[in-house]
Amino acid sequence: MNKPTNQKAWLLVLPVVVCVAFSSILPLMTVVNYSVQDIISPERRVFVGTEWFASVMRDGELHAALGRQIVFSLCVLAIEIPLGIALALSMPAAGRRASAALVAVALPLLIPWNVVGTIWQIFCRTDIGLLGSAVASLGLEYSYTGDARQAWLTVLLMDVWHWTPLVALLSYAGLRAVPDAYYQAARIDGASRFAVFRYIQLPKIRGVLMIAVLLRFMDSFMIYTEPFVLTGGGPGNATTFLSQYLTQKAVGQFDLGPAAAFSLIYFLIIMLLCFILYNWMQRVGTSGRTDP
Amino acid sequence: MKPRTLLLIAYIVLSLLPIYWMVNMSFKSNAEILSSFTILPQHFTWSNYQTILTDSSWYSGYINSLIYVSINTVISVSVALPAAYAFSRYTFIGDKHLFFWLLTNRMTPPAVFLLPFFQLYTTVGLMDTHLAVALAHLVFNVPLAVWILEGFMSGVAREIDETAYIDGYSFPRFFVTIFLPLIRAGVGVAAFFCFMFSWVELLLARTLTSVHAKPIVATMTRTVSAAGMDWATLAAAGVLTLIPGAIVIWFVRNHIARGFAMGRV
Repeated sequence: MNKPTNQKAWLLVLPVVVCVAFSSILPLMTVVNYSVQDIISPERRVFVGTEWFASVMRDGELHAALGRQIVFSLCVLAIEIPLGIALALSMPAAGRRASAALVAVALPLLIPWNVVGTIWQIFCRTDIGLLGSAVASLGLEYSYTGDARQAWLTVLLMDVWHWTPLVALLSYAGLRAVPDAYYQAARIDGASRFAVFRYIQLPKIRGVLMIAVLLRFMDSFMIYTEPFVLTGGGPGNATTFLSQYLTQKAVGQFDLGPAAAFSLIYFLIIMLLCFILYNWMQRVGTSGRTDP
Repeated sequence: MKPRTLLLIAYIVLSLLPIYWMVNMSFKSNAEILSSFTILPQHFTWSNYQTILTDSSWYSGYINSLIYVSINTVISVSVALPAAYAFSRYTFIGDKHLFFWLLTNRMTPPAVFLLPFFQLYTTVGLMDTHLAVALAHLVFNVPLAVWILEGFMSGVAREIDETAYIDGYSFPRFFVTIFLPLIRAGVGVAAFFCFMFSWVELLLARTLTSVHAKPIVATMTRTVSAAGMDWATLAAAGVLTLIPGAIVIWFVRNHIARGFAMGRV
């Protein structure tokens, strides 16, 4: 199973490295640069070492935002991944109905993020919005601008609506890659529906599923535009996630140094968590493969 | 009807409700949107769409967006194809690190990279061009394209490559005539995701453009005026932003649906 070693493969990778490095390493170096300086004016800069990092690490509001963020991302994964797989399993395999279902399921993905926030802003209003008035007519007190928990749930619901299609599409594409012969063999063996899923479908979509899990994790960890437009981070700080707190610092208060230090720490947190998730899924996947 | 089909139909209906509400709003006037709750427009009007399709500051936004999104998708997929092949077929020095480094670019929070991006593109003289946005979006789209394509390529048996090389195929000829058709589904999915993520991105696109390449997503943020939000025009513009993506997914749907079953495997 080992892949042959071939250093010429670097030539195939080179275009990607050049493209990405241009727009990634240079800006990243600038951010590193800011994070160790106090920029008083474009001409006057003072080297401050790790001072910004230390102050960011002690920031209580940051800890709160990080906590909210982790809970939010875990909820997103816990809901969207199973739901997305269930949707992919229930979509027809071929034909005109499959096409129609694909387009219908994918539609929320194609709406620009600021528009998503705007739609939900109206959609959830109890006076003129469909969801808001539906909830209100059930006799519930509903306000995404007034009640912290409801604001949080609304943002979560919006995210589930917006991003479950991503998981569904990836899983669907993975499922279509399973050859019919596998299903026929399973039928001959009298495998149950669950056994087919557990031992044929799940291992086969492991690769795309990993993409889906990691993408949803990192994107939900960097969520910005949608809650910003919908709730503006409020009420209070209930829906202020890391990105928004960061932007408040960088743009609102124009604290470039602390904001840069913050974004590096932020980046390292995402990277660390993704690394753990990536290795864990890799291990789970390969141990699953030795099953009968 | 099978419970699975019911689940699918229930989900689709629920997920279309917010979109329905947007379509509904786009045929109303602002006064009607804000004054009362109506399931259907009481005074049906096309005027919001007329505003967008006749005002060049609106429709040029769509053209600009389409230009940079297309450039981005073409570059992303074409550089990602050989790289994904290398990752899926060969071991080379630093391959795992390189792969993870690529992924880390997908994890950079855009908010604070805005200023460095702005400075970088000003320095190289690309500000307010379609190319600037297309290049900036490569940062998150190329890793994704490599990742998706690598997944699909690893699903193709390596014996196919080896047989082709023994049969005397050169690498480029093998890649284009045999391998590409086998991973059609992957190319379709990768192109769709590149298109989508570039199409909906707001922060970078807005920062790197001002007039000539101003994307539709940035145009839409200006509907906040002294008189409050122009909900009706915004809704109509939102409906129109759905169309290009829907067309793209309509084209790639067969690639997604067929998977590898139609290939030579």
